[in-house]
Amino acid sequence: MKTWRLRFALFGIQSLPVVCALCVAALLATLIAILLGVSPGELLTLLASRFGAYAWGQVLFKATFLTFTGLSVALAFSAGLFNIGAEGQAVVGSLACALVGLAAASAPAPVALCLAIGAAFAGGALWGFVPGYLKARFGTHEVINTIMLNFVALAAVNFLVTRYLALPETVRTAEVPAALPRLDSLLPFMHGSAANTSLALALLAVIAAHYFLHHTAAGFALRAVGRGMRQAQVAGIHASRQIVLAFVLSGGIAGLVGTNFVLGYKHYYEDGFSGGIGFLGIAVALLARNEPLAVFPAALLFGFLSQAGLAVNSLLPREVVEILTGVILLVFIATERLRRTWSQGTRGRLAHPGEGRP
Amino acid sequence: MGRADARWMGRLALACLAAALIVGCGGEESGSGGERFHVGLVFDVGGLGDKSFNDSAHRGLLRAERELGISSEYFEPAHPSDREAALRLLAQGDTELIIGVGFLFTDDIKAVAKDFPDKGFVCVDYSWSEGDAVPANLVGLKFREEEGSFLVGALAALVSETGVIGFVGGMDIPLIHKFEAGYRAGGQHVNGQLRVLVNYAGVTGEAFANPSKGKELALAQYEQGADIIFHAAGSTGLGVFEAARKKGKLAIGVDADQSAEAPELIVTSMVKNVDVAVFEEIRRVVSGQFEGGIRVLGLREGAVGYVRNEENARWLTPERVRQLDRIQAEIVAGNIPVPTE
Repeated sequence: MKTWRLRFALFGIQSLPVVCALCVAALLATLIAILLGVSPGELLTLLASRFGAYAWGQVLFKATFLTFTGLSVALAFSAGLFNIGAEGQAVVGSLACALVGLAAASAPAPVALCLAIGAAFAGGALWGFVPGYLKARFGTHEVINTIMLNFVALAAVNFLVTRYLALPETVRTAEVPAALPRLDSLLPFMHGSAANTSLALALLAVIAAHYFLHHTAAGFALRAVGRGMRQAQVAGIHASRQIVLAFVLSGGIAGLVGTNFVLGYKHYYEDGFSGGIGFLGIAVALLARNEPLAVFPAALLFGFLSQAGLAVNSLLPREVVEILTGVILLVFIATERLRRTWSQGTRGRLAHPGEGRP
Repeated sequence: MGRADARWMGRLALACLAAALIVGCGGEESGSGGERFHVGLVFDVGGLGDKSFNDSAHRGLLRAERELGISSEYFEPAHPSDREAALRLLAQGDTELIIGVGFLFTDDIKAVAKDFPDKGFVCVDYSWSEGDAVPANLVGLKFREEEGSFLVGALAALVSETGVIGFVGGMDIPLIHKFEAGYRAGGQHVNGQLRVLVNYAGVTGEAFANPSKGKELALAQYEQGADIIFHAAGSTGLGVFEAARKKGKLAIGVDADQSAEAPELIVTSMVKNVDVAVFEEIRRVVSGQFEGGIRVLGLREGAVGYVRNEENARWLTPERVRQLDRIQAEIVAGNIPVPTE
């Protein structure tokens, strides 16, 4: 009859890392505010006054970016691979999306849209294929390769855009006719918000990734490689193929960032738009424990943090948000260990009542 | 794993919901209070603290606060897509004038200005092209950098002993070509035989942040006989000053007074008085004279010019200053055409 109590304890233990992280972050934010001479009440009032429907729309918009990049990192990690290259993959995918969108300008709208979405995935997948192939074929470390490929992607795209593709006096391409509808066309109260229907695409990607990883043989093989490459090979899994597959999928998902920015928001590619969303994706994946279904809520959390930071920017410097992001992750990782140990103990007692303590 | 994950997701969602509730409970009060005229300014990513363009805009805002009694706030977006978000957050509140600093704001500020026709908007360095209709409540500020460059080019020609002067540009784009064209024309206006060496640091945004490249280009120009170099290259220009220090040759700064970067060697700096322009727009709104459209600001408006202080008096002799004043008067009167390309 004590099982409900144990279950409740388990729930508490499972939530411990996130609750701890958020509490510490909230305390720290208050402390920083007080040190800077800002009263916490004033801060909350300003935050509340700037969190209408528009701001929530912006949270969804930011979360769409982070769902793609977070899912990208999480998927690669399921195969035991650190994809630090989501930033570069997102940039290449987005440029491909804009270029194909421009080239297909005369095609019927739905065809052009599908081509542009496909190009976003393909561009990112291509950029993900490179480190995947290098890892599988030559065993070179994917962390170094993906970091380096970020530089290559950012510099090459910047060169192409500013030198050849940009309209005069701008750093952006011409306008792409293919477009994903904005959410404010369905929900007028969100007027002006950049949130768009690529959010649905992001959620679809989350579900597809979850299904793939947990309900298909290919996904199982991929996770098996992540658990231990040697063992997987002994079990007859073609490990190098799984590595390339993981990187291609991971890169493709990061490339879909282009659907949110190019097709949903600006309708053109603008140099420098990515601004670190690929790197923040690593934080999202970490908080989601690399589980696809948890990626969206984690993305929402960081999206909220970013929008909240903007809303109170006149009181707190924007660096505070970066500090809080770091602290949330640190506390989360530190308490993860405790959670694992404690929850195992509690699970054991749930499974074998009567054993252990009297 | 499956069930645990679903629970996990639920928990994160709960945390978000809690955050939403906390925020929602705060009510819809406005952040900035009082009856005072409220002005908001949005910088681009990495804007404030550049000791140049952006800081200058900020000075204009602070001056308006002191002299016009307005209240103000500023935003420093952390992400490029936050430029528009910051403009909208300001427009939704009781801010009456909203200023975006940098040409990257052009599209964003135009869209937001259309959505909020009863608020005033200003874009510094608006990138306007033929046929572009500017909303009636938006002012696009453009500067005639070529006119200021013309004056420092003329001064360089007067100071140069070798008859060779140099120019180091950052990114090879039309905006920077304006500096080069004005500088060259100014130099050759004074000395028809003058040779102008020109180099650009690159074709990407990096070209504005590459001091070692700037140093390399400047050293090569000094080797070729240039004895004074003007840069329009952001922090790449710091390398130009380093080369000047190494060679003991002269240089000309840009955007703000840069004489501290290479003491005794900076002849002058070509300045863009963004602060004056920002202050002027705020003054117009406060006194009810705000009017949308493109405003092109040059020597006539005092929006560009060169630095004259105690340190550079030895180059800016009274005679040379008189000569530059004459040239300036002729440019303002339209007698000297200043090229932009």
